[in-house]
Amino acid sequence: MSNATQNPVDIQDVGVSRRAINPLALTLLSILFGLVIGAIVLALAGYDPFAAYWVILQGTFSRPKYIAYTIVYATPLILTALSVSFAFKTGLFNIGAEGQFMIGTVAAAVLGYYVDLPPVLHVLLCLLAGMIAAAAWGGLAGYLKARFGVHEVISTIMLNWIALYLNNYVVHVIKDALHLTNPTTPVIRSSARIEFFAIWKDSAAGQAWRAVHPFWDDVLRTPLNLGIVLALLAAVVVWYILKRTTLGYQLRAVGYNRFAAEYGGINVKRGMFISMAIGGALAGMAGVCHVLGWTRYIADLAASEGWGFNGLAVALIGSSNPFGCILAGLLFGMLSYGGSKIQSSLGAPTEIINIVIGAIVFFVAMPKVIRLLITRLRREDRHVR
Amino acid sequence: MFDSISFIIGTTLMYSTPLMFTALGGTLSENAGVINLGLEGMMTMGAFMGAAIGYLAGNAWIGFLAAGMAGVALSLLHGVACITFKADQTVAGIAMNFIGPGLALFLSRMMFKGTTETPPLSLDHKIPRPLNGVFPQNSFMDNAFNQYWTVFIAFGLVFVIWFVLYRTQLGLRIRACGEHPRAADTLGINVALVQYTAVAMSGLMAGFGGAAMSVAVVANFRPTLISGQGFIALAAMIFGKWRPQGAMWACLLFGAAQGLVIFLGRSDIQAVMPIPSEILSMIPFILTLIILVTFVGKAVAPTADGIPYDKEAE
Repeated sequence: MSNATQNPVDIQDVGVSRRAINPLALTLLSILFGLVIGAIVLALAGYDPFAAYWVILQGTFSRPKYIAYTIVYATPLILTALSVSFAFKTGLFNIGAEGQFMIGTVAAAVLGYYVDLPPVLHVLLCLLAGMIAAAAWGGLAGYLKARFGVHEVISTIMLNWIALYLNNYVVHVIKDALHLTNPTTPVIRSSARIEFFAIWKDSAAGQAWRAVHPFWDDVLRTPLNLGIVLALLAAVVVWYILKRTTLGYQLRAVGYNRFAAEYGGINVKRGMFISMAIGGALAGMAGVCHVLGWTRYIADLAASEGWGFNGLAVALIGSSNPFGCILAGLLFGMLSYGGSKIQSSLGAPTEIINIVIGAIVFFVAMPKVIRLLITRLRREDRHVR
Repeated sequence: MFDSISFIIGTTLMYSTPLMFTALGGTLSENAGVINLGLEGMMTMGAFMGAAIGYLAGNAWIGFLAAGMAGVALSLLHGVACITFKADQTVAGIAMNFIGPGLALFLSRMMFKGTTETPPLSLDHKIPRPLNGVFPQNSFMDNAFNQYWTVFIAFGLVFVIWFVLYRTQLGLRIRACGEHPRAADTLGINVALVQYTAVAMSGLMAGFGGAAMSVAVVANFRPTLISGQGFIALAAMIFGKWRPQGAMWACLLFGAAQGLVIFLGRSDIQAVMPIPSEILSMIPFILTLIILVTFVGKAVAPTADGIPYDKEAE
């Protein structure tokens, strides 16, 4: 507030001052308002909102296990959010992270079971194959846009559905080939697992060690895996590509002003393809990590699971900034993991989380409202003085 | 042979109807310059309200109207963000897609003892079929055209909305706001009011679209009922080049592909031509991609679509 008094221009501004408010503050206020909306809905429905948020907080932080689970939930979201953000920077709207994620899971589940390789190599193969396949899936949408002018929103929606049925088809074929009873693929080989200490933690030595280290014992109960490390690395790489390389400069130029970029000699069509392909690779990586680190198989799905769509919200809350995606991913992970507990403890519908997330995104969409509120507050502040 | 054709026509009509309502809604909103990416959320909300109120009132029509109203409520929220507060419309639409389904499931758990499925409507409480009994049972006409009222309403609305958009003053105003809001404003048109009207109508349509699914095609709401159909409708709207008749053809094409899938999946057909159902299910989506690439060419949105109109801006 003192800042405002030193800067009277900001207050007398007819419209809403743009430079006075830090974008991070805008995001944090959006989150706060989203939580308030959630509280109001809960209160209207007859639940105690404070109790509900307390359950979420406790359900996230009160045990090492919970924290680890929150991270496990956040991992794919961070990666799909990076995927969405990357395409965003080139002015493309990647609704297809959902499908690209599934292509990654399919590749990981198939190669993780059928290929026999030593541990590290096996993981690398799954990662590489899943990322390349998903890059092709995303790149296809970029190519259709660049070559035929097909709106990427339509093509990625179609590709999401095709990926869903491809997933189901692969599950079906493998189930028949191996005469399985359940519509799932078999569990991947242990050489492909990326869970931390996956084998050791259940061995006799591991059990003995865990018995005397209750904190780590609790953490090791969860499928905490290498995925989070890869997601953090990916965020750094994405930041580096966008901010420190010629390619990144070109891609951002295309997103900023396609025509100016073209005039400046940048190959816009190539940019669209590359941007969607890299976005695809990131979402594919999310899928691979999800299977190798957590689920270890894929199942027949009636509808897509939403990791890509949720990544969209994460990217928006994180302002399409790679590091913002990490924090927003953790927040989303916390709300969805911690939030899953309010049903059992309070009987309040867990779907309140979707309402909260939606409300946060809603406020993120209209920074003007928050700016207006802040300017009002400052103005009153001045009048008081 | 005739049986097969009538079967495919029937399923085509049935499956394109929910999409058609919703795509028409998208057409209205975007012609007024407001992108409505939240169709999916509004449709889900409509599907739930239709089934829930239809069940509680014992009358599918009341449910159908309630569904429209739920869509309107959500669309007004979208309108406040996009029109009054100049929000990023794409982002606001994404928010609707979280809030709509979230609220639908939340209310479902509140109203129906913690479940996310509404109790089924009995057969005589679903939307009626106006041509029931007009044709001899299982005749060609009966199989193809003995459809729920919603099917006929959807086609009627295609005409109505075409008429409104291209033959009335309101339509001219809507399109003016989508093409050049400043010019419209200069001529004394209340841009915000026109846009609110169009967005509210798009919510109404999307709500109807959801109910067309939950109280006609099936008889209850469940979490996976809509899953993505709002997005398909959105694609159909773009595919139909932002025109009501275009959206209708796109939805029919989609419905036909769906009808073909169901036909090819029938056990008597599978006996002759065994194709895995998952591959069949991909057909509509692959077909859409192929058609987009080969026939349609570049689609052009209304010029000011998605750009918030700021009266005070220089």
